[in-house]
Amino acid sequence: MSQLSYRDALNRALDEEMARDDAVVLLGEEVAEYDGAYKVTRGLLGKYGAERVLDTPITELGFTGLGVGAAMVGLKPVVEWMTHNFALLALDQVVNEAAKTRHMSGGQFNVPIVFRGPNGPAEYLSSQHSQALASYWAHVPGIKVVAPAFPADACGLLKSAIRDPDPVVVLEAEMLYGFKGEVPDEEFLVPIGQAAVLKSGRDVTLVSFGKPVHLLLQAAAELAQEGVDADVIDLRSLRPLDETTLMASVARTGRAVVVDESWPAASVGAYVAHRIATEGFDLLDAPVEFVSSEDVPMPYNHALELAVQPSVRKIVAAAKKALYLEVPHG
Amino acid sequence: MNPSDADLFWKLRADMVLMRVFEEKAGQMYGLRKIGGFCHLYNGQEAVAAGVASAMDYSKDYVLTGYRDHGHALAAGMEPKTIMAELYGKITGCSRGKGGSMHLFDAQRHFLGGNGIVGAQIPVAAGVAFAQKYRKTGGATVVFFGDGAIHQGAFHEAMNLAKIWKLPLVSVCENNQWGMGTSWKRVSSVDDFSVMATSYGMRGELVDGMDVLEVRAAALRALAEAREGRPVLIEARTYRYKGHSMSDPQKYRTRDEVEEYKKQDPILILEHRMKEAGRWDDAKAEAQDRAAEEATKEAVDFAENSAAPALHTLYEDVYAGEPFFMAPSATPLNKEPSPCRS
Repeated sequence: MSQLSYRDALNRALDEEMARDDAVVLLGEEVAEYDGAYKVTRGLLGKYGAERVLDTPITELGFTGLGVGAAMVGLKPVVEWMTHNFALLALDQVVNEAAKTRHMSGGQFNVPIVFRGPNGPAEYLSSQHSQALASYWAHVPGIKVVAPAFPADACGLLKSAIRDPDPVVVLEAEMLYGFKGEVPDEEFLVPIGQAAVLKSGRDVTLVSFGKPVHLLLQAAAELAQEGVDADVIDLRSLRPLDETTLMASVARTGRAVVVDESWPAASVGAYVAHRIATEGFDLLDAPVEFVSSEDVPMPYNHALELAVQPSVRKIVAAAKKALYLEVPHG
Repeated sequence: MNPSDADLFWKLRADMVLMRVFEEKAGQMYGLRKIGGFCHLYNGQEAVAAGVASAMDYSKDYVLTGYRDHGHALAAGMEPKTIMAELYGKITGCSRGKGGSMHLFDAQRHFLGGNGIVGAQIPVAAGVAFAQKYRKTGGATVVFFGDGAIHQGAFHEAMNLAKIWKLPLVSVCENNQWGMGTSWKRVSSVDDFSVMATSYGMRGELVDGMDVLEVRAAALRALAEAREGRPVLIEARTYRYKGHSMSDPQKYRTRDEVEEYKKQDPILILEHRMKEAGRWDDAKAEAQDRAAEEATKEAVDFAENSAAPALHTLYEDVYAGEPFFMAPSATPLNKEPSPCRS
């Protein structure tokens, strides 16, 4: 094991897969000479050359579509979106092309491509640069979606994504790029579609994906001080969704708090809550609690932007509500 | 090939006649409600697909197009049967009844669709060309799109990428003069699309899209340059005889306008050229017409007699390997009769 940052873990995944397979190419804004806007691709231009690591013009639709076409005839492009906010310009190429090509061609073509970049709120970035857009991708059949919360998962999931024969969207978190964690020294993969039980507990399930998973762990620690034993689930993969691990947790606890840093309506969190409430109905001792961001665009002011997002306080309060414990007002 | 070569004349004519006969039949079957949805016929534009296809090397080249794709599919050598069966939504269709008219595909014949989003195929085509260059295959990619698509950002972004990365891409704008019901003249800043190439440091060429020999010559020039890393834009000025799709009442243009263009019919122009070159043969022409009729009839019979897709096939062709579905959609379905019409 070594301590690696989330950023360096992603870099290691790219490096290993590029060394392994010359079909892997990297495309995106600033990925080559600038080493990546968030330095995820640092050093790869020098190692693999300008034919495999390509700086693109600022044309998300164009270079995303180019990646799709290259994938249709055998390359395995990794398209970096500087952020998922900008990927909205490329929505058509993901939803109508990458996701549909296998189907519309009756299985004749597949699109082995990875779309990756930071998603979710950062700090002081206001409304256009601080959004959690997971449901845009998780909604669509034909693609897979993963959201690592830890360096080891970032490395292992990205490697699996690159080897996957279908399009995979990787939701990274800008605020986690510098986060360090243990990563195995030997090569490893994390399979797409498996949630992780971060802490086993008896009283309440706390479930999320991506950056808020870290809030779950803090909330679990606070709850432990009050004698509440939380079960913490990191979904890791949103599509496919590991309902087996999820429901096993709810079976242990009978209560669930779902946390999603996106807006409440039509969100992944809302879907997960729905699945627990229906599939897990007989296991539940209380209604499923849901903590999302407030239903407003992100403000610039720091106090306001923090108030918008899920917090440890909100999660602890939701857990107590699910446990019919005292809930603070306000 | 020498353009005066008799075999070439007859091959071009056979391709164009097959497209014309096939489309007439598709229109007829649509009227009989055997084919549903959007169905965009290619009548009038045959010289573009046939001329470009004759210049391509399908062993290493690829082609992509928009939703008016029956003619390009036939030009790529796809069998009329598999196309007609796809229009019928049958399991024997090239896309297993999942794509329909707008999404014909054939991996073997390097035919990469059939795209229903105006202009979306252009960046995808640039990516195919990127892969050809990366793998040094010597191949080129041809992408067809209409006068409506050329104003999409997708076109402009893709042209820029093609130029900066020296991609072997030939972009063919089939200007049939009507973007659905909107005259191209009302929505274009230029009256010659080939000049748009200049903005991207590329060569552009305007060609008479009703003259298959001129289209072929332009395509040969463009492909040779593309293979050397110089992408080219061709505007093929053409005309569509039918409505935008089968449901178009065509109130935006007069019958006289359509009839005027039919006097410059691409098949008639080619036949005139053949006669001038002393290559005409009535009997051979009649035999070609009959062959096209027969192939089309066979295609209809094949489509009529093919099975509809079984319900369980709706869960196929979404992902590789073991499929997964977000619950609660994963209701197990057995092999029940298909809900598809016909």
